[in-house]
Amino acid sequence: MDFNDSPEEAAYRAQVREWLAQNAPKQAVGGDDLEGGTKDTMPASKAWQAKKAAAGYAQITWPKEWGGPGGTPIQQVIFNAEEAKHPVPPNPFQIGLGMCVPTVMAFADAETKTRFVGPALRGEEIWCQLFSEPSGGSDVAAARTRAVKAPDGSGDWIIDGQKVWTTGAQFSNFGIVVVRTDPDVPKHKGMTMFWVDMSDPGIEVRPIHQMSGGSGFNEVFFTGVRVPDSQRLGGVGDGWKVSLVTLMNERLAVGGPSGAGWSHFLEAARDITGFDGAPVLKDQAVREKLADWYVATKGLEHTRNRTMTALSRGQTPGPESSIGKVVSAMQMQDLGNSVVELLDQYGIINDPSLAPLKGAFHASLMSAPGLRIAGGTDEILKNIIAERVLGLPGDIRVDKDVAFKDLPTGR
Amino acid sequence: MNFDFSDDQKFLKNEARKFLEANCPTSRVRKVLDDDAKAFDAELWAAVAGQGWLGAAIPEEFGGLGLGHIELCAIAEELGRVVAPIPFASTVYFLAEALMLAGSEAQKAALLPKIAAGEVIGCVASSEGPGVPTAGGVQATVSGGKLSGVKLPVTDGDIATHALVLAKESGQVGLFLVDLGSGVTREALKTLDPTRDAARLTFSGVAVERLGGAGEGLSLLEQVTDRAAVLLAFEQCGGADRCLEMAKAYALERYAFGRVIASYQAIKHKLADMYVKNELARSNAYYGAWALNTGAPELPVAASAARIAASEAFWFGAKENIQTHGGIGFTWEVDAHLYYRRSRQLSLVAGAPRVWKERLVSCLERKNMAA
Repeated sequence: MDFNDSPEEAAYRAQVREWLAQNAPKQAVGGDDLEGGTKDTMPASKAWQAKKAAAGYAQITWPKEWGGPGGTPIQQVIFNAEEAKHPVPPNPFQIGLGMCVPTVMAFADAETKTRFVGPALRGEEIWCQLFSEPSGGSDVAAARTRAVKAPDGSGDWIIDGQKVWTTGAQFSNFGIVVVRTDPDVPKHKGMTMFWVDMSDPGIEVRPIHQMSGGSGFNEVFFTGVRVPDSQRLGGVGDGWKVSLVTLMNERLAVGGPSGAGWSHFLEAARDITGFDGAPVLKDQAVREKLADWYVATKGLEHTRNRTMTALSRGQTPGPESSIGKVVSAMQMQDLGNSVVELLDQYGIINDPSLAPLKGAFHASLMSAPGLRIAGGTDEILKNIIAERVLGLPGDIRVDKDVAFKDLPTGR
Repeated sequence: MNFDFSDDQKFLKNEARKFLEANCPTSRVRKVLDDDAKAFDAELWAAVAGQGWLGAAIPEEFGGLGLGHIELCAIAEELGRVVAPIPFASTVYFLAEALMLAGSEAQKAALLPKIAAGEVIGCVASSEGPGVPTAGGVQATVSGGKLSGVKLPVTDGDIATHALVLAKESGQVGLFLVDLGSGVTREALKTLDPTRDAARLTFSGVAVERLGGAGEGLSLLEQVTDRAAVLLAFEQCGGADRCLEMAKAYALERYAFGRVIASYQAIKHKLADMYVKNELARSNAYYGAWALNTGAPELPVAASAARIAASEAFWFGAKENIQTHGGIGFTWEVDAHLYYRRSRQLSLVAGAPRVWKERLVSCLERKNMAA
């Protein structure tokens, strides 16, 4: 048991390090906390992606016919780890390259693939994934956005409806959208997937103002958007199966933690005065919480090391990587709130010039509710662990054999 | 990155599992549970010695297999899975580790081969009453090389041949190696886990040899316990995994309100929570194994984290396994209580979780200061 690279991995890491030292930006752009960046950081993001693509460091596992170098998953992990040591710009390409474009690759015709894959890889075009709707977040198959055949007999489809929580829609050139094409059959059988041009005048993108104050997500409205049948991905009625392919391509969960963690908490607890004038760090209840957070943080870190070990050995990683977000999101909320409560009355102040760690604990507190929901709620993730990892049965379904139009919908 | 058991280690682990499934079914564990006169399974102890496991980490020159601590961790996990009713931890994790850490060449040559052969059983006599043993609380004394005092509880004290004893000599706490041949009165104690022996030991002028320097008793025992904590964490991981398996198997066969209870989210989420805790424990235990095997300076922190995570996982798994079973889980006949009992025994035998949390945070405070 050790943490060392194999000789091949070490050679690859050395090569990556050298390339990054010569090519990576020396200074960060922006400073916005949004993962995908902003309008202002976009030029830098695109330039960096183009540079990586030219050198064979964008989508390292993609095969040569897609324009990738045909590398291994562990090489991608090594590159990501080394890249993270440099002040590189935000990455707005992740969802497109990780999920949308692979779906296009799997279902589109040769001409479409040739048209889109290169520009996406080089960061010239950005893709978004239009799945969630006001009527269904966890339940993607509840989609109500509909596509009907144009009455002119052209074979085109007309899309109307609304998507929500679409990351990066405001920057995207294209999107993949799952829509209802047959409401008379059960929900999973009446959906179809299309790719769409986001510059269509019938598509309107409106940012969502989040409770944390930021706006990383959007609502996307479709009004009479006409798409030719050639933009269909997979068969009519196969949209659910196609969307499963998209979701299977979710990026490898090997990223490290972000935001305020146990060591920040330790420092903050040293500076806050508790009972009898001693630092709250001397309070036994505080110390036990700190220990628990440290243990959970290290547990996740070493779980990632186990995943990387499987990749390094050329094996498929075990299901253990599925525990990440369900642990880290809850911890982020508890840890942020704990500092706020230790501050007592002063805890209400989140002004970065007055709050500890420039307000980072307060920021954790306010963004954690989103993290506990985005990309699978705590509850859905526990269902996934129970069903896919432990092999327990799915819930009893009342919506499986009923025509979509006859399902109760609430409001 | 090479953060998992190797193929050879996995083979050893798998062989150990097969051996223990054949030689240590819970029907055997219950023979110790149900018979007050039976302190351990002597037959299993001999069989385990025959496998060479007692000397897995003992160097070949002292009669061991000289494999290393990762291999010992693999064996520990399998022993934990089957709640083995033998003094393995007392003898191997504590006595052998203490000798390898601080024993003289003569002490090692005299005892390690006998440990490997299953002829010596160890025990740790540190506690004298309620609460965490401290320097101020140690009443047992050594004077003129002779030990007097009372220790309780001493796990495996009833069956041990040798003890590690915390006692004061000239006002300083030392750790002493004691041959329990004579001058010791032993009284068996009733405990939460009758599948593991515990006793009150009364020493009246027994000859002792000090391990380590004068006044180094607590710090030496702490070092030994760091090593034991990693190995105990693997036993706890094994027990916790078994609890999840039992809960899952029962949930899949038990019907309520017309369907298997495993289809209810209340049960699914409970089992998912067990899985998450078990994986966090396993990952921390692996780090502890790495630190133990390489003698890394991170060992105190890694051992603390392994111990905290594994204690939590086994406790949660043991109690929620009973809950998943419902009424039948509360009966003597169902094995769930064997794991509930063992989870308490393993959590308490080398410092309860709060002790390790305090130790961990003390280490982190120093580390953060230095950084």
